[in-house]
Amino acid sequence: METTSLLPVLILITSLLPGVVILLLREEQVALRTFLNLFGAVSKVALVAWAFVGYLRGATYDFVFTLAPDLTFALSLDALGLFFAALSSVLWLITTLYAIGYLDKGPHQNRFFAFFSLCVTASTGIALSGNIITFFIFYEFLTLSTYPLVVHKGTDEAVAAGRTYLWYTIGGGTILFLGVAGLYAIAGPIYFGQTEIIEGLIGEFPTQLIILFFLILAGLGVKAALFPLHGWLPTSMVAPAPVSALLHAVAVVKAGAFGIVRLVYDVFGVGLAEEMNYLAVLSVLAAITIVYGSVRALYQDDFKKRLAFSTVSQVSYIALGVAIPGALSSTGAIVHLVHQGIMKITMFFAAGNVAETYGYKKISQLNGMGRRMPLTMGAFTIAVFGMIGLPPVAGFISKWYLGLGAVEAGSYWVVLVLLTSSALNAAYFLPILYRAWFCEPDQEVVERLRSSRLETQALMLIPVVITGLLSLAAGVFAAVNGSPLSIAREIAEKLYLL
Amino acid sequence: MTALPISPYPALVVGLPILMAILSLFLNARGKALLGLTGSLLTTVLALIAFVEVTRLGTVIHIVGAWKPPLGILLRMDALAAVFIGMTAGVGALISLYAFRYFKAQDTKTDGFPLFWPLWLFLWGGLNGLFLSNDLFNIFVTLEVISIAAVALAVLSGKAGALVAGLRYLLAALTGSLAFLYGIALLYGSTGTLDMSMLGRLLEAGPTSTFALLVMTLGLLIKMAGFPFHFWLPPAHSNALAPVSALLSALVVKGAFYILLRLWMEVFGVSLTYAAGQLIGVAGAIAVLWGSWQAYMQTSLKLIVAHSSVAQLGYLLMIFPLLILPSGAGAASADWLSAAWTAGIYQVLSHAFAKASFFLSAGIIVIAVGHDRIESLRDLVGHMRMTAMAIGLAGVSLIGLPPSGGFVGKWMLLKGIFLSGQWWWAPVVLTGSLLTAGYIFMLLRLAFAPTRKKEPFQLVPKSLEVVALLLAVASYLIVLPADQLIQFLEGSEVFGAGVETLLKGGAYGNY
Amino acid sequence: METYQIYSLTSAVLFVIGLGGVFVSKHFIKKIIATTIMGGGVFLAFVSFADRDALSFADPVPHALVITGIVVAVASASFALALARRIFQLSGDESFSSDK
Repeated sequence: METTSLLPVLILITSLLPGVVILLLREEQVALRTFLNLFGAVSKVALVAWAFVGYLRGATYDFVFTLAPDLTFALSLDALGLFFAALSSVLWLITTLYAIGYLDKGPHQNRFFAFFSLCVTASTGIALSGNIITFFIFYEFLTLSTYPLVVHKGTDEAVAAGRTYLWYTIGGGTILFLGVAGLYAIAGPIYFGQTEIIEGLIGEFPTQLIILFFLILAGLGVKAALFPLHGWLPTSMVAPAPVSALLHAVAVVKAGAFGIVRLVYDVFGVGLAEEMNYLAVLSVLAAITIVYGSVRALYQDDFKKRLAFSTVSQVSYIALGVAIPGALSSTGAIVHLVHQGIMKITMFFAAGNVAETYGYKKISQLNGMGRRMPLTMGAFTIAVFGMIGLPPVAGFISKWYLGLGAVEAGSYWVVLVLLTSSALNAAYFLPILYRAWFCEPDQEVVERLRSSRLETQALMLIPVVITGLLSLAAGVFAAVNGSPLSIAREIAEKLYLL
Repeated sequence: MTALPISPYPALVVGLPILMAILSLFLNARGKALLGLTGSLLTTVLALIAFVEVTRLGTVIHIVGAWKPPLGILLRMDALAAVFIGMTAGVGALISLYAFRYFKAQDTKTDGFPLFWPLWLFLWGGLNGLFLSNDLFNIFVTLEVISIAAVALAVLSGKAGALVAGLRYLLAALTGSLAFLYGIALLYGSTGTLDMSMLGRLLEAGPTSTFALLVMTLGLLIKMAGFPFHFWLPPAHSNALAPVSALLSALVVKGAFYILLRLWMEVFGVSLTYAAGQLIGVAGAIAVLWGSWQAYMQTSLKLIVAHSSVAQLGYLLMIFPLLILPSGAGAASADWLSAAWTAGIYQVLSHAFAKASFFLSAGIIVIAVGHDRIESLRDLVGHMRMTAMAIGLAGVSLIGLPPSGGFVGKWMLLKGIFLSGQWWWAPVVLTGSLLTAGYIFMLLRLAFAPTRKKEPFQLVPKSLEVVALLLAVASYLIVLPADQLIQFLEGSEVFGAGVETLLKGGAYGNY
Repeated sequence: METYQIYSLTSAVLFVIGLGGVFVSKHFIKKIIATTIMGGGVFLAFVSFADRDALSFADPVPHALVITGIVVAVASASFALALARRIFQLSGDESFSSDK
């Protein structure tokens, strides 16, 4: 059932409209702003859920708008897109709650929430894009809407970080633009899933298409923090915790990774990948990034910086899974989109809680934090187990499938990389847990920066608990139909059926 | 040609502003401003009606005074002319509103620059006349009207810096005009006609036509501030009053581009060589890189914007190499032609809106702070959100990021570059975007940065900010009707004929 | 060589001299004079083409064009002179100080 549907547009409007309206509000209109935020977030989740139900029944939702001859703006809801959209919308809702609590009496909240909403619009748009050019439009929109959030605090450090961020992302965007334009010139408009177009042309233009593949990969690799294009991510940790949590652990980085998934699976196709073996380069880069990120993480004392390098490392699991042929590794890659997102956001929430409640930003200051903030550090602990790959947390599932996929494809070295990475993860995460739970705090009585009957503000505590439990649930209930894993498995298997 | 539908609107959009301009000379300062504003709004309405008429009827003509060509003046409004007239009207109307309020907000020592209005209306009439001209001499006359009015507007403030810049501008414009006139003489001498379409048919390849092409292109390049004749633009545009700078950058230079495009497409089909196109393209490429780099180095907002104009006009010059088919290329392979000149039109449109918005924002800053050094932009986001948004949106359009009009322009340009195989222009386009991003984000960074002053900005009338923001948003809105606009342009009789001539080969294949 | 060809050649020479003068000189008045020379060249070109084709009478169209051209050139030159004079009054400058 093909319908030109407004549903994709509505899903985008739920965050676009609040974003624009909030820009026009006065700073004191807190209630209206909060209402707009929450209404938008809840409606987005509702609409995505409805779309999902519709998808399960076999409906397709396409929205096409012609900008210029063969420059079509297309939105469509396929399984992979819905998967990513669900992640974005659910985590947006949770992070909005967190941000309301976090920013509390802070300045420039209108600016923050407006651009926050615009960012989510962009990342949902990326999820819902039906062709490369729409993807590119939202991809650049994401860069533009995240910049004000990175420089939000207005300090010299923040502004400098913003400059670095821009150089990387605009540079990557330019390369991406070059690749996309070239692809359009050779192949015309390519909708995601029409892998036969490139398959048909590969005989005529082998060199050009391979070059374009790597150009687009480079452009995507900047946001996906692929080595050596990852430099912006640790620097941008100067942004407020909600920004680091949602955007740099989930939205921006995931957009890059999602783009790589789309590129390999829905543009060039798995068949071609197996034939041409250009994915070998990607797997090597991903492997290097995984190890490099973990090693750098070991040496960081700043809490958020350690988490940032961990993100660099973990997101490359997705790239690695994409680079290895076979349905198992694809499953691992796709499901890690969600799993890594929930786990990492938990960790950033925790880091934010500690920093805002006690002012501690360094790991060396975390002694005894477990006693002071049991729920926060409890959620953090769950996430750590997931990152290392311990069952039954979600991270274990992704690594398991990646490992199985590697074995199936005969790439035993990948298993080695995975094991090394788990070991390194343990090496830089377990000491944090040790300090938190088993060490005495340095100072006994400490002034709390934010008062609350609970260990910290409710609005900052509830989100971290929720995402921690979600990380656990995604792993425990992975076998249930409707879990992230089951959806990922379905998507992956469909890719290989053709 | 004379079998096309006749309409009064071409004459009206030229005649009304000039009439209003003359009338306003007799009034006092306040009367000038009021009549000027009224005249602007009336002209805008007329222009929009004319635009709608062309969409309904196709190309329309008007024979002035019922004296038939080749001795009489024939005004022709085809799709391309309609688009340019519409753009002038849209941008012009908003700038008029801004100027009306802006001059009132100046300090009481100045008289509110009443002469702005008659000069602006003369300029507008001249521009419309230029877009509608069908014979070379009318083009010459309207080019002169435009130049003199533009220079007079540029020196309106009376300050020494503006006067020197204005004199430089005047001398450059005069040189360009005389070169253009010389070309007219040569063309008349060899064919006996000045009508553009007849010239297109009668002109033979040879030293006369090549020399005429050379000298007329030279003249138009000078007027367009194309490299290496760009030196007059930065001082002239940056020393002028804010509304004037907007007019100069957004509209006046586009007139020269319009004529250059028409000449190459309609008249000089036989004389164009692949090498000529490449040469112009190289000039454009250097302008893009040089202008963007210069913009990055400046410390005054208006100079940044003015150098940025040089760069953005370079993009327009880069279309020309794509419009010439190398030898042996057949008609079927020329599907990039539409991409190439569509790119030009979109670049013109989005640049007009974005650059006007930028200069008007600079004017707002000058009112708010007293000068335009970029340090003054600190914490703009906190105090003048609308202006900051205008600068942000306009800047993004200049860089060429989606979903702006600038993006559509650059996209089509890249498409044309790739399809025609002239891939060497691509790095220039992209480097230009990167450099533009460099100075735009430098400005935005300052806008977000904190300031140490308590009250960094004086109060500015809200309407000024609204206009600047509207113009910036407009550069995005032009994307929405893109498909229809392109079809409209492709259906244009004369332009279609021009492209057809290209496709038939003419005398192409001369290297 | 026919008469009109001599005039055309002269006009080209004048044009080039004027063009060179505009670019090379820095003094305001010199530049204005150079444009006037350029104009002279162009007008001569028009007049010479009025005599082509061995017609028994001169073609009046170029004459009309020349008159318009002269009017425009005079107006522009006087504008330029007025500007130069005002600049001199304000700042004492007689030439462009920086390059070009």
